[in-house]
Amino acid sequence: MTKIECILRPGKLEDVKDSLNKYGIHGMTVTQVIGCGLQKGRKEVYRGTEYSINLLPKVKLEIVTKDEDVDEVVKIISQAARSGEIGDGKIFTYKIDNAIRIRTGETGEAAI
Amino acid sequence: MKNRLFRTIFMALTGSMSIPALAWAEEAVPKIDTGDTSFVLISAALVMLMTLPGLALFYGGLSRKKNVLSTIMYSFFAMVLISIQWALWGYSLSFGPDVNNLIGNLDWIGLRGVGLVPSDVYATTVPHQAFMVFQLMFAVITAALISGAIAERMRFPAFLAFLILWTTLIYDPVAHWVWGGGWLCDLGALDFAGGTVVHILSGVSGLVACIVIGKRKGYGTEPMIPHNLPFTVLGAALLWFGWFGFNAGSALSANGLAASAFVVTHLATASAAFSWVVAEWIRHGKPTVLGAASGAVAGLVAITPASGFVDPMASIIIGLVAGVVCYLAVSVLKAKLGYDDSLDAFGVHGIGGTWGALATGLFANPSVNELGQGLFYGNPNQVVIQIISIVASWAIAAVGTFVILKVVGTVIKLRASDEEQDAGLDITQHGEDAYTDFVSGSPFGDMKLTGASVQATGSMNPAKI
Ligand SMILES: Nc1ncnc2c1ncn2[C@@H]1O[C@H](COP(=O)(O)OP(=O)(O)OP(=O)(O)O)[C@@H](O)[C@H]1O
Ligand SMILES: [Mg+2]
Repeated sequence: MTKIECILRPGKLEDVKDSLNKYGIHGMTVTQVIGCGLQKGRKEVYRGTEYSINLLPKVKLEIVTKDEDVDEVVKIISQAARSGEIGDGKIFTYKIDNAIRIRTGETGEAAI
Repeated sequence: MKNRLFRTIFMALTGSMSIPALAWAEEAVPKIDTGDTSFVLISAALVMLMTLPGLALFYGGLSRKKNVLSTIMYSFFAMVLISIQWALWGYSLSFGPDVNNLIGNLDWIGLRGVGLVPSDVYATTVPHQAFMVFQLMFAVITAALISGAIAERMRFPAFLAFLILWTTLIYDPVAHWVWGGGWLCDLGALDFAGGTVVHILSGVSGLVACIVIGKRKGYGTEPMIPHNLPFTVLGAALLWFGWFGFNAGSALSANGLAASAFVVTHLATASAAFSWVVAEWIRHGKPTVLGAASGAVAGLVAITPASGFVDPMASIIIGLVAGVVCYLAVSVLKAKLGYDDSLDAFGVHGIGGTWGALATGLFANPSVNELGQGLFYGNPNQVVIQIISIVASWAIAAVGTFVILKVVGTVIKLRASDEEQDAGLDITQHGEDAYTDFVSGSPFGDMKLTGASVQATGSMNPAKI
C-alpha cells in the first residue's frame, strides 16, 4: 500500500475530491496547513505597516491506496489541481506497512 | 400635579439633605424637561455602548488571538471600576463646587446631594443624576481608551491600580478645568464633547504608558497582525453609532444644537474614513477595511471638540485632514520614533484629538453656537486659547502618567514577563482561552476535568458519525 500526500491550493480541494470520488476513492484525510515553496509569499499592509507573509494557507490531502492505483490517482490529482501558476502544490508518495479497520479488525488492503 | 408628585419623590429620596437646600428647591422650583431628560438618558446609554462592546471589540480584533480576552477585559474593567469610582468621589472632584479653579470639592462625595432635581449649574433641565451618569460614561471610555497603547503586555493588576489613580488624579481635575468651572473654562477654551479631556488625555497618556512599560516582546521582529478584523469593524461601527450620544448628547438638550452636532459628527467621520483609505491606497496600492474603520474613528475623535461649534462644510474639512494626519501618525511617525503603541491609542486619539482641538479654534462658527468664534470668523485669539488648553492637557497627561506608573511600578509589576507574553495574557492573566481547539477543547492538548461537573465539549453523539 502507498500513502499519497498532497499539498494543494485550498480552492482546488473540491475539484480534486470530485475527481477522486468518480474514480472510486472515498477515504481521505484533509487538514488545513500553511507552507512555503520556492517563492517569498505575499505582502500584507496593516495601518501602513507592511508585513511579508511567507507561509501561505494550503490544504493537505492524505490518501492511502493500493499500489496498483497510485499512478492513476496521482494523475487524477495532478490534473484536477493544476492551474499552471506558481504555488500549485506538491505530491509526495510513500510506502506504508499496514492498515487496520478499528471496527472489524480487518487488516491490509481490506481495511482501506 | 406632575411637579408636586416629583417633589414628593425628591424629598423622600433626599431625606438626608440639609434643610437650606430643600428650602432652595422650594423657591427655585427647577423644571425638568421630559424631552431633554429622555435625550440625555438615551445618550448616556449610547456612550456606554461605545466602551462595551464597541471599544472592546475594536481593540479585541486588533490584538493577537492569545491576547483578545485580556484586551477586552481592560475595557470591561474600566466600566466596572470607574463607574464605582465616579459615584464614590470622581463626580464630586470633577463637577463638585469649585476649589481655586483647579478641582471640585468633596461636597458631592458618594453622590450626596446629587438628586433628581436638576443641578442649578449643569444641564438645568434634566435630573442631576441624569447629567451625572452621562458624564460617568465619558470617564469610563477615556480610561478604557488608554488600554490600546499598552495592550498585550500590561499585567492586569497593574492596569487596575493605574485606572483608579489615573482617573482620580488626571481625568477628574482636567474634566473640572474644562467643564466644571475650572480655569480652562474661564479662559474660554472650546471643547464641546471632550477633545482635550477625553482624547488628548487618553492618547498622550497611552503614549507615555507604552514607553514606560516598554515594547512588546518581539516587536519589530515578529509580525503582530490583527487576529479578527470583522470584530474591529463591528467595534468601529458601534463606536460610530454610540458617538451620536457622545457628541449630540453633549448639547444636554434635545434641541437644534444637538441636531447640528449629530450631523457634523456623521460627516466628519465619513470624510476621515474616505481620506485615510485614499491615503493608503496611494501609498500601498490597496484600500483596506482596517483603514476604513481606523479612519472613521479618527474622524469621530477629531470632530468631538468641534461638534457643537462648526458647520457641516467645516466638518468635512476637519474629517478629511484627520484621516490623513492620523494615518501618517500610525504608519510613519510611529515607525520613525519606534514606540510600541500596540493598537494606536496615541496615533488616533492623541493626534486626532489635538487636531480637533486646534480645528475648533479655526472653524468655530458663531451662527452655529454663539459661544464659539474661531479664527476664520475673525477671532485669532481663540486659536491661542485652544493651544493653551492643548499644551496644558499634554503636559498633565504626560507628567501625571509617568509619575503614576513609576509609583504603581514600585508596588506591582507592570509588565508581563517574556514567557507570559509568549503564552499570551489570556492564559497567564485570566486563565482562559478565547478560541478553544475543536478536538480537545484546548490548544494545549487533551484537557482533563479537574473539578466541578463540566460537560465535555461537543454535543454530537460520537457513535453516529
Ligand atoms: N520540499 C517541500 N517539502 C514539504 N512541503 C513542501 C515542499 N515544497 C512545497 N511544499 C508544500 O507545498 C506547498 C505548495 O508549494 P509550491 O507549489 O509553491 O511549491 P514550489 O516548489 O514553490 O513550486 P512552484 O514554483 O510551482 O510554486 C507549500 O506551501 C508547502 O506546504
Ligand atoms: Mg511556490
